[in-house]
Amino acid sequence: MIKVLYFARLKESLNYSTEEIDLPVDVSTITELMAHLAKRGDTWAALFSGKQVVRAAINHEVVPHTTVIKDGDEVAFFPPVTGG
Amino acid sequence: MTVRVQLEDFDAGAEISRLRLARKDIGAVAAFIGQVRDLNDGLSVSTMTLEHYPGMTEKSLQRIIDEAAQRWSFFDALIVHRIGRLEPTDQIVLVAVAGAHRQEAFAACEFIMDYLKTEAPFWKKEQTPQGERWVEAKTTDDDAKQRWQHESQ
Repeated sequence: MIKVLYFARLKESLNYSTEEIDLPVDVSTITELMAHLAKRGDTWAALFSGKQVVRAAINHEVVPHTTVIKDGDEVAFFPPVTGG
Repeated sequence: MTVRVQLEDFDAGAEISRLRLARKDIGAVAAFIGQVRDLNDGLSVSTMTLEHYPGMTEKSLQRIIDEAAQRWSFFDALIVHRIGRLEPTDQIVLVAVAGAHRQEAFAACEFIMDYLKTEAPFWKKEQTPQGERWVEAKTTDDDAKQRWQHESQ
């Protein structure tokens, strides 16, 4: 089980901010998780099929999409940041 | 080193004084304040809403200060960043660095702001006459951060 959080434009498009997912057997990296999420429907596909820039963090650290996800991780997806 | 994320406004003068008066060997305090503009990308902005990633934001800001402290010698640094609903002329962020001399304080302050703009998980949404829109990240902000990476090589 992992926790997945969505922020900003992603949270708004998907209309929710957090969920818990049992990692499918064919999902071990961020890229694979994004491909898995993209299959959920048009809105998901638009966000996670690679057309939009999506950053990922695992346990509060920004990580490359090749990073392996472990059970119990908190994974977050968000657009490039715009603070300051 | 202090990092705060808050809904409330801050008193920049009081924050800077606290930093400045903490030690008698401080010779320089450099500070930056970011404020909400009433115009962005050609549209007038009536209000702005700032979202963040609680937990990650604070760690990210702390790490940015730590990275600055590895490059320059300074005594203390402060980041205060607001979230929630803001209006034009509202303060968004304060960065202040206190050191012995101005060079370190100026450089560390600018470095912290450049990294904050590209790494800290904040997102701005603007309310305009044409409706709401998420602010797009700027490549010029990435360039500003890249500059420091070249300098360290």
